[in-house]
Amino acid sequence: MPFVTPATLRDYDVIVVGSGAAGGQTAYTLSMSGARVLMLEAGRNYVPEHETPMFQTRGEAPLRGASTPDKPFGFHDATVDGGWQVPGEPYVNATQEDSGRFDWWRARMLGGRTNHWGRYSFRNGPYDFKPRSRDGLGFDWPLTYEELAPYYDKVEMLIGVYGANDGLENTPNSSPGCLLPPPRPRVSDLLIAQRAKKVGIPVVAGHRAVLTQPLDYANLPARLHPGNLDAQRIIAEHMRTRAACFWATPCGRGCSIRATYQSTTVHLPPALATDRLDILVNAMVREVTLDKHGLASGVSYIDKLTGRPGRAAARAVVLAASACETVRILLNSKSSRFADGLANSSGKVGRYLMDTVGSSVDGQIPLLESLPPHNEDGASGGHMYAPWWLYGEQLAGKLGFPRGYHIEFGGGRNMPSLSTGAGIEWLTGGSYGRRFKEEVRRYYGSFVYFDGRGEMIPNEHSYCEIDPDVKDRWGIPALRFHWKWSEHETRQATHMQRTFAQIIEAMGGRVKGPILTDGARAIAPGGSIIHEVGGAIMGADPGQSVTNRWGQTWDVRNLFITDGAVFASNADKNPTLTIMALAWRAADHILDRMKRREL
Amino acid sequence: MDEPLRVDRRTAIQWVLAASAVPWLQRRASGAAAAPGTRGYGTDPDLNRSYLPGELWPLTLTPALRSTAAALCDVVIPADSESPSASTVGVVDFIDEWISAPYDAQQADRKTILWGLAWLDAESQRRYQSSFTGLTQAQKTAICDDICYLPEAKPQFADAATFFAIYRDLTAGGFYTTPAGIRDLKYVGNVPLTSFDGPPPEVLRKVGLDEAPRT
Repeated sequence: MPFVTPATLRDYDVIVVGSGAAGGQTAYTLSMSGARVLMLEAGRNYVPEHETPMFQTRGEAPLRGASTPDKPFGFHDATVDGGWQVPGEPYVNATQEDSGRFDWWRARMLGGRTNHWGRYSFRNGPYDFKPRSRDGLGFDWPLTYEELAPYYDKVEMLIGVYGANDGLENTPNSSPGCLLPPPRPRVSDLLIAQRAKKVGIPVVAGHRAVLTQPLDYANLPARLHPGNLDAQRIIAEHMRTRAACFWATPCGRGCSIRATYQSTTVHLPPALATDRLDILVNAMVREVTLDKHGLASGVSYIDKLTGRPGRAAARAVVLAASACETVRILLNSKSSRFADGLANSSGKVGRYLMDTVGSSVDGQIPLLESLPPHNEDGASGGHMYAPWWLYGEQLAGKLGFPRGYHIEFGGGRNMPSLSTGAGIEWLTGGSYGRRFKEEVRRYYGSFVYFDGRGEMIPNEHSYCEIDPDVKDRWGIPALRFHWKWSEHETRQATHMQRTFAQIIEAMGGRVKGPILTDGARAIAPGGSIIHEVGGAIMGADPGQSVTNRWGQTWDVRNLFITDGAVFASNADKNPTLTIMALAWRAADHILDRMKRREL
Repeated sequence: MDEPLRVDRRTAIQWVLAASAVPWLQRRASGAAAAPGTRGYGTDPDLNRSYLPGELWPLTLTPALRSTAAALCDVVIPADSESPSASTVGVVDFIDEWISAPYDAQQADRKTILWGLAWLDAESQRRYQSSFTGLTQAQKTAICDDICYLPEAKPQFADAATFFAIYRDLTAGGFYTTPAGIRDLKYVGNVPLTSFDGPPPEVLRKVGLDEAPRT
């Protein structure tokens, strides 16, 4: 009976709040090793095998699949009951200035945002854990790359990540047998790689959580779960149910054949197969509850189906609700013992919120016009990317900003959408009629885009707190956000703009629109890249951080955080893979302490 | 992130930013998805079925407006040797669905398009004493040439040129998402493959990459 109701809860070792990358990995690791786990998810159950629109064309969708407030990433996007605004679940921005706003993405569904994410899966490098030691800014993590590397290996083997070991600076190789072969480049990839090289930018195989071949179910299970034959049997069976990519349908819709990583297709099914994981959906967690010793006794929640409050108990509680939701739960868990919110003796809960620096440039490439028709769907996302390449220049102080970015790019003959043929007056001079049809054919597939994804340094002005007035529809106090980019970020964004224009020009192409030289305009608004992390950072000093190196809160020894809230920095590498590696490591630590009866 | 997702992220950010124009007190209690009193398809629609214009919200265009809309669709995308005209593959229905949708972006386009279709008839009457649908091809072209490119439109045609740009985008988007439009562009994906082989040699040759390594 893995999906439980408020009436059928049992006794649990660990409560996990959240079911995405962090909650999925935490629950997987704990239950595969013998712990009894209750997972609470604020959204509904979601079954990708049945619900994913795999081959639907945009013509079958309302408004041809356009983005709407109900479905911000388009009708066929996997996200249901989610977006930057969720009905009945408000939040507040402290200022109306665009530069000071933070927009908070949530996905209220089993698996959370892992159902729709871009599947980009990069490792942080050695520098990324010790940034303050390198340039004096931000915070060092209380752990090293070498300590986390074995967990990156495990996560890559479990979820399946394509990529190559290129041995580039601060861009770590994986252990042998971890990565799947990358897909063949598209023609735009090859042209970008050739021309970017001429301006000094290395382009290598992308890393994404898509199976380019079936997982090696004969050998990987023993590497994932040494000595645990039950776990090996379960994960081997599960790996056999995952098909390799069949090179069609956008990953953002989710994947009914389980060729990409989603918590709902990769973490939860084997965890449920242990019979040690129960999942309670539609459970909106309000607070962590405490016993008389000041230890976590469980959580209180609202059953969204009935509006009734409920409680669940366990020996330990793990918050994996996404960075800001985890902060909200902590700050709403007030008691006489913890008047400023739980685990907040440092005053750091909610502080040092970070997103990714994003900036984009599009171009049109005459060499790619009117190419012979061929299938370019591939693995739907990027087959190649450019890792940050200017470490030396940066260290020498030549760039005017301290941290790096990587470039995600693409192009090609994508499935026609509402934007096909739209907004091309800058090329056609406003044609219509037969000439317009000819020009749409000519330009279709000749566009390329470049997205910079860069590191934001934590600052004192970017944080969230509980709003004194606003509550959600269940009466739970809402978050209020404060946000500020520093010049470290805005200068990086203008560097992105110049660099992408340089690549487009090196391809003989034309840049669409102006190159933005004002960093405040070049940078995407806070929260829009949806890589928010921090808010309960880990550290070595209990006075300056919320958790230790295991994600264990300093103040409550049986309360852990395994989502992005613990990030002490937000390297340019997309956070999901690191969240999973940290969660696996934290779960191992919890298991170890439970064995020693310390929890 | 794949291209369609990326485009949608930009669109979504634009309406998130547009929301900041809403008065402060209203925004403080934000969270309503669609405008008050109207209903979209909600945050959890069935993604696996097909939808037809008119089944989610009532349509707008009268028979007379539909005729004008169809005539303009076919000025933008007429039939040629590769594919039929826009109006013959349901693009007018799509435009009607679009301007009838309850969301803010579509409601803004609704104003522009209803104004523009009326302007088109008024301009046709002024110049040729006929409705737009009754004009010859040359007469239609004479009007459209004045409004087809906003940066070069005369000041008195600026509003009409804004309308035409939106209408052309919608007609193109509507057309190229139909089976006929997809065939026209020779998009050959959205089919399962046992392997992804990358670009064929003739493509690499055309781009000058025939020496590129096949990693």
